[in-house]
Amino acid sequence: MMIKQLTTALIAGLVLAFSAAPSFAASDEDKGLAIAQQMKTRDAGWVDMTASMKMVLRNKNGQESEREIRMKVLEVADDGDKSLSIFDRPRDVKGTAFLSFSHTSGADDQWLYLPALKRVKRIASRNKSGPFMGSEFSFEDLASFEIEKYSYKFIKEEACAMGTCFVVEQYPTDKNSGYTKRIVWIDKTEYRMVKTAFYDRKNSLLKTLTTDDYQQYKGQFWRPSAMQMVNHQSKKSTDLTYDTYQFGNGLSAADFNQNTLKRAR
Amino acid sequence: MKKMVYLAISGGLLMQPAMADDVFFEASGKVSTEATIYAHEGQFANQDYRTNFSLAVEPEFYWDWNEQQDSLTFKPFFRKDQRDDARTHADIREFNWVHFSDDWELRTGISRVFWGVTEFQNLVDVINQKDAVEGLDKEHKLGQPMINLSLVKDWGIVDVYVLPGFRQQTSPGVKGRLRAGLVIDADTTTYDATNKDQHIDLAARWGHSIDAYDVGAHWYKGTDRTPLYLPISDNGNNGLSAHYQAIEQVGLDVQATIGSWLWKAELIHQTNPVEDFWASQLGAEYTFYGVQESAADLGVLLEYGKDQRGTRANSVMQNDVGIGARLDLNDTQSSSMFAGVIYDLDFHTSSASVAGSRRLGEDQTLSIEMQVFASENSNDPAAIFAKDDYLKLTLDSYF
Repeated sequence: MMIKQLTTALIAGLVLAFSAAPSFAASDEDKGLAIAQQMKTRDAGWVDMTASMKMVLRNKNGQESEREIRMKVLEVADDGDKSLSIFDRPRDVKGTAFLSFSHTSGADDQWLYLPALKRVKRIASRNKSGPFMGSEFSFEDLASFEIEKYSYKFIKEEACAMGTCFVVEQYPTDKNSGYTKRIVWIDKTEYRMVKTAFYDRKNSLLKTLTTDDYQQYKGQFWRPSAMQMVNHQSKKSTDLTYDTYQFGNGLSAADFNQNTLKRAR
Repeated sequence: MKKMVYLAISGGLLMQPAMADDVFFEASGKVSTEATIYAHEGQFANQDYRTNFSLAVEPEFYWDWNEQQDSLTFKPFFRKDQRDDARTHADIREFNWVHFSDDWELRTGISRVFWGVTEFQNLVDVINQKDAVEGLDKEHKLGQPMINLSLVKDWGIVDVYVLPGFRQQTSPGVKGRLRAGLVIDADTTTYDATNKDQHIDLAARWGHSIDAYDVGAHWYKGTDRTPLYLPISDNGNNGLSAHYQAIEQVGLDVQATIGSWLWKAELIHQTNPVEDFWASQLGAEYTFYGVQESAADLGVLLEYGKDQRGTRANSVMQNDVGIGARLDLNDTQSSSMFAGVIYDLDFHTSSASVAGSRRLGEDQTLSIEMQVFASENSNDPAAIFAKDDYLKLTLDSYF
């Protein structure tokens, strides 16, 4: 027992040295935070990105339903990202578009464009825990990762699908989150999220997200091509595949306003 | 004057380099099959039926080129109605060339524009004429010819509109339901404008989002979209004639989005040849997210509409309270439901509606709408609907 604890402490110490963290005798909370910071630092500077994503929703009987979405995302220094999502499938929502200015603290700004009515609706961003288009992904699952959104606790290191992983517990700071905590497996070499376990408000295991098939872009930024979210309580699942990631599209804040929302397609 | 719009579109299109390789084309659309069941036969002549069927087609053809900086949308609409010849109609919802650059956008052609924030009526939504035969919900609009320049500034988006050509509001015919006892005769329409439906109307709007607030202010000068109806007699045939006034209007719309609350206000001041007046629509909506530990959201809303003209007003909610509830199940089929009641504080009458929709499979949605009128007071203009309670089923198939 003593030896195990000592090993953990030693490894954690090495991790922190690697992460350029200030203190050697850091707490598990500091270690967890340091890993999150390292993750964020390594992924900073991607500037902008476009991608297509396809979701396959599966109910417990195996019946499938598809969603297709294209997205444009702009990295914003010292704040959350700006994003524009355009729905292609199912056909009845084709042309519907979603504009979001996420913020590191406070409520996000979100607008929905309904093409049949030509109406832009400002919507409450309070709905973080709600399902995204009927899938097993909630809005918060798809939001950009920001340090301020969680408090942290380093748990251990263990073998995982991508070698050795840090296991960190993350506790949402937003009271509107649908989770009490999530447990994240992050690979030690490249700081990629390998697996995430979500715990509901009653602190029981709700969902598991596995992330596969990472590709590196611009020699720096790792992005997954496939994700699978399994809901253990409802037995439903959603497969999410990303396609045609493109970085350096020359996007700017001017590409994210109500006019671009209305003409998005 | 409509010619001006067509000339502008074709001129704009001709100026583009003809690079067929880079032109993107897409066709999509929907077919709507509708069945309506009325609780009673109508109270007026030629309304002696209780069921009606109808079919509508709305294809959309879209082209873009010049790296999407130019696009053309063509969206015609056709409806065939079993009973009402006036409801059997065609329209061009959109025939619109859009060109954009970094901080401006020019939209030329026939299009539709929505302004507003409230749910039961939108006083500030003045650009398009209503396609009133499509339904009572005012969401259906006729395409309006326009040239619209949109400027994106740090301090908001400014839209300027030149609107050549006026569209008359559609209205039910002799065999149609949901109409007055007298039928509107479109041939007898009169205007304040000496050049009638050829008058060029003008509009401008500024819109901006500041933190939790979305604010818009507009100005409109031209022919009022909402007509006044006057009884006429033509060779012993009695009917209604529409009169369209020349108006100037300024207005404001504001929404504050704070936590689970949406606070909404629309305010207009209109000047017409008869009088000046104010009208407002104020309301709030609160949403309960994840009701009963489920994925469903329940929104409740309350709105109040006031028109300074009182019972003479030609607006729907001159002194009315609207209460509504919206349920979104957030399931795979996107099932949702809305129930609303409007109560008239002047006439003490009410109307209630329930509407729901759900996706079937991948490419179809089924909607159900029920409307009940409780307007025993024959002074209320809504008394004409007293026998028109109905249940409507609509199947939309998308392609």
